Amino acid sequence: MSKKIGVYIFTGDGIADAIDVDKLVELATGELGCALAKTHPDLFSPEGLAMIKADCESEELNGVVVAGISPRYTFDELNIPGVYVERASLRELVAWSHEIPEDAENKDAQKEHVQELAEDYIRMAVTKVQKAEFPEPDCLEDASDKILVIGGGITGMTAALEAADAGKEVTIVEREPELGGFAAKLRKQLPLGPDFSGLQEPVVADLISKVTGNSLITVKTSIEVARIAGVPGQFRVSLKAAGTKSEWDAPVPLTEEELVDENGKELSAEDQKKKYDEKNEGRKDYMEEDPNAEIHGAVVVASGWRPYVPGDEEFTHLGWGNPDVITNVQFEELAKAGKVKRPSDGKEVKNVAFILSPGAKDDDADFPYAGAVTSLVALKQAKYVREDNPEDGKAFIFYQHMRTPGKYEYFYKGIQDDPGIFLTKGAVTEVAADGGQLKVNVENTILGEDIAVDVDLVVLSTGMVPTTKDEPVINLAYRQGPAFKDLDLFDGYCDSNFICFPYETRRTGIYAAGAVKRTMTMAESMEDAAGASLKAIQSVVAASEGRAVHPRTWDFDYPDFYFQRCTQCKRCTEECPFGALDDDEKGTPKPNPSRCRRCGTCMGACPERIIGFKDYNIDIVGSMIKAIEVPDDDDDKLRIICFACENDAYPALDMAARKGLSWSPLVRIIPVRCLGSVNVSWIKDAMSSGMDGALLLGCKYGDDYQCHFVKGSELCNLRMDNVAESLNSLGMEQERVKLLQVAIDEYDKIPEMINEFAQEVLDLGPNPFKGW
Amino acid sequence: MSESILVIGGGFSGLTAAVEAAEMGYEVFIVEKEAYLGGRVAQLNKYFPKLCPPTCGLEINFKRIQTNPKITYYTLADVESISGNPGNFSVSIRVNPRGTTPQCTNCKAGEAAATSEVPNEFNFGMDTRKAIYMPHPMAFPNQCVLDLANTSPDEIEAIKAAMPAGHIDQEQQAETITLNVGAIVVATGWKPYDAEKIDNLKIGQFDNVVTNMMVERMASPSGPTGGKVVRPSDKEEPKTVGFVQCAGSRDVNHLAFCSQICCMATLKQVTYLREQNPDIEAYIFYIDMRAPGARYEKFYEKIKQDDKVHFIKGKVADIIPGDAPGSVKLVAEDTLGGGRIEQEVELAVLATGMQPVGAESPIPGIEYDADGFVVPKEGIIPCGCSKRPADVVSSAQSATAAALKAVQTLVRRAG
Repeated sequence: MSKKIGVYIFTGDGIADAIDVDKLVELATGELGCALAKTHPDLFSPEGLAMIKADCESEELNGVVVAGISPRYTFDELNIPGVYVERASLRELVAWSHEIPEDAENKDAQKEHVQELAEDYIRMAVTKVQKAEFPEPDCLEDASDKILVIGGGITGMTAALEAADAGKEVTIVEREPELGGFAAKLRKQLPLGPDFSGLQEPVVADLISKVTGNSLITVKTSIEVARIAGVPGQFRVSLKAAGTKSEWDAPVPLTEEELVDENGKELSAEDQKKKYDEKNEGRKDYMEEDPNAEIHGAVVVASGWRPYVPGDEEFTHLGWGNPDVITNVQFEELAKAGKVKRPSDGKEVKNVAFILSPGAKDDDADFPYAGAVTSLVALKQAKYVREDNPEDGKAFIFYQHMRTPGKYEYFYKGIQDDPGIFLTKGAVTEVAADGGQLKVNVENTILGEDIAVDVDLVVLSTGMVPTTKDEPVINLAYRQGPAFKDLDLFDGYCDSNFICFPYETRRTGIYAAGAVKRTMTMAESMEDAAGASLKAIQSVVAASEGRAVHPRTWDFDYPDFYFQRCTQCKRCTEECPFGALDDDEKGTPKPNPSRCRRCGTCMGACPERIIGFKDYNIDIVGSMIKAIEVPDDDDDKLRIICFACENDAYPALDMAARKGLSWSPLVRIIPVRCLGSVNVSWIKDAMSSGMDGALLLGCKYGDDYQCHFVKGSELCNLRMDNVAESLNSLGMEQERVKLLQVAIDEYDKIPEMINEFAQEVLDLGPNPFKGW
Repeated sequence: MSESILVIGGGFSGLTAAVEAAEMGYEVFIVEKEAYLGGRVAQLNKYFPKLCPPTCGLEINFKRIQTNPKITYYTLADVESISGNPGNFSVSIRVNPRGTTPQCTNCKAGEAAATSEVPNEFNFGMDTRKAIYMPHPMAFPNQCVLDLANTSPDEIEAIKAAMPAGHIDQEQQAETITLNVGAIVVATGWKPYDAEKIDNLKIGQFDNVVTNMMVERMASPSGPTGGKVVRPSDKEEPKTVGFVQCAGSRDVNHLAFCSQICCMATLKQVTYLREQNPDIEAYIFYIDMRAPGARYEKFYEKIKQDDKVHFIKGKVADIIPGDAPGSVKLVAEDTLGGGRIEQEVELAVLATGMQPVGAESPIPGIEYDADGFVVPKEGIIPCGCSKRPADVVSSAQSATAAALKAVQTLVRRAG
């Protein structure tokens, strides 16, 4: 249905000087068939905005184009019910970024370029309004806000209590027979708050009694998760006795190696199916529903850590293998049992050495999977030695870097005050058995000399390995498999790659907390648990409102699939960075709206172009591209389409414009949700409508990716190979299409990047198919 | 009883707490004392260890704020007093004049008409700004500030005349508003410890002794030197740079705690120098390199590979004039090599620590510990660096947790 559209053009801030706004009015009401078009010198003032609103009512407009300042700056007054509002950036993308110097030689020609640029932005905006529809939220009905907490240690119990405190029901699943985790195995613990100078009695017993006494919390011990199926708000959780097999164990997809034969050739679909069935024998298909599954809305992963146990060949210079050289966890067990006795002969220990950095003189790093906790625990355990032997006990702590950050410095100071605890920076070069004792040789100490001490016991400050390094933990019955993706980037930690958004995982509704994420102290883990609980509860709120979770929390839309034309190519299911799509027997994608982040990667991936959003889809963007006027007889007026990531590249363009930096007026910019959403058909549309080049500006990819949708820009880059191929097959230079990575703060570089590309296209000359 | 949450401070932690609580469905007010949201991280060039720009995450959070009708924010606003009880606090807020009206959308006209220049506080006085200005290019809200206090009436008139009618309002007065809220998240953050208080490091005495925050601004493309770290004395790129760790931190005379971030910040700043020039030599004087955990250890590892970066275990005791003009010598006891070291450098960077804002600007009604960190109470929940020294990741965690604590207060009181 055709919309009745009003176009409003801001003439202030240099816009009317840069372009002939009357011509834009003519364009809108003439060629573009809009109902009305007006200019206003202060369009974003209360009067200007009121005018738009009044017109919508009096003229019964249902579409509006507001052409003026960047759409990044929003105005509540433009949220007009029943009216689709699109913004065109005449200030930043036209006037400010294309100022013509007073003394320019070919001023008129330049002005013509800028005018055409402005006109195209109006054409694109009107086209979008004409095609766009209002999103209809897909609200999850009967969303459960019961939280599943995996792990009953300090983090899990805290997460449960925090969620219960917010009024939510919680299930804690703990594999061991008792709650408490490692926290229950401590003699004493690090201080949780002031006073920081000494040790604290463990809080775990108190937490256990709070958890077991809380009517909102159900505790299931000796139980583990077989599978989690479903979606945020409606996760179907199958539980089983710990350590047993279950038919509801989550199936594991074939790995890339398993998908090919010994010659590296991809197996036939049939053979793949056979291999998959063999691998998952005895397990129900991932799409099959367990009738006994318990419904939960969201999940907190608090499965914690296991001690790093050095291999037989590791740390032999530190005496590893000698029964009296033990790890910090082993020492804690001994200390918990009573006065610490030597493993070799049961003799009470008086002198103990703690080694924080294993690398001798070559390397000052801590043990693998260590952190501030391992420094702090060594200090704590030194105190045990003193507790056991107040008179003559001695603890020696050898470190390269004492890592007691923040207020833990006070704890460190408290330990330093103990006359029986000796601390020095130094490289431990050797631990040698020496007549029933152990001799620890240390070089480069701050004492100014090499030293050797005789001790009864040596403790290695080994690290905490996250449980997600060893196993999936969450056991998802998802098309993409049971585990979080790509945790090897974080050494197996269930960490987020985002500094700003540490709770982000690639599985919506599932949030990690505590030592599974990073080595953390108990205080940090408990705080982190509260944060993860919030995210879990919040994901259910979003699911029931039909809204996306981070980062597009404002987005009530959801991709539509036109299944009749689906060829079951599986690209969307495989490429979705968040595992949102499952598939049925035939391989047709099964959408799961509350898992979806609305990045549009599926839309970008789909070769059949059958996936799209209500106001962001293949047709809308394709039509916007086709709305651009492409002169077919002017070699100076080549046209370049530029897809710019709206999160980073686009703001950078705004900043560049504000700074008065210019770029080529041949370039038409279309903001995209993520480069992952760019469908190759748009590039083909541009080329077939005679445009001469296409530039894609997206976030950095690779291990330190900055893409808010994790994989979007990287996947787009992979698709560039296809683009190059199809251009080549048309006899067109593949250099006409280019993807560049740009960060949001590189506004000083972005104009140059655009200009260089524009020059490359100019050098290639016009699209050979122009005008066909 | 109130179902609303007040977040004091619109920096990284405050923004996080605010959007997380609002996305749970609660009404949230943000009160920020500066003219812009984003706080301290807005001044940073990059985050460690990813070396990604802080504005990237801020942009997302600004969008979450702009699109969420449950969030109201006040800039240039101070909390004057807090009274009442959890579930029912009354908070008095002074909103200071901005000199511009909301229809100001950061056009260039006013700035062009402004003539006087004053030291730019955002860039620690290393350059100047106009009487009407945006604190930085990505500042949010996108509305200019007119410096009413330091600008002559004539100049204000000239600026006003150059701008569309109604965009300037020099008659604005501070106004006091009262908010009724059920819970308060305190995210007042930190300020760089005042290096002038550290007598032996002589920051005021030598031009080429700067702070780590000044280096952040210099390295930023929007900074006073266009992204280049230079010596203030002659604007030349230094060939040698010395980093003084624990400048004020871990020192009972200044900040007795460890500021947590300065070691990683220095390692990060070494990457700025290296990107700028492959030949700059860096000397890092430290007590301990606090790069804990796999991610930070790896980053430290990477910097150690650089043979032009020298680590010296020793606390800088004094800074004295160097032999070359403009240079200084860092004097330290080398605790490993033994003996006194005097290292001449062309630029010295003091890795100053973080002092909680509460240490010098406490808010009546909030309890602080001896260091100035906020003591949590029912309904008054600190997060980020108002609670303890923290990096950005921990601040985000802490702020998200605080949002839940605030929600709990409302849930408990309601039911």
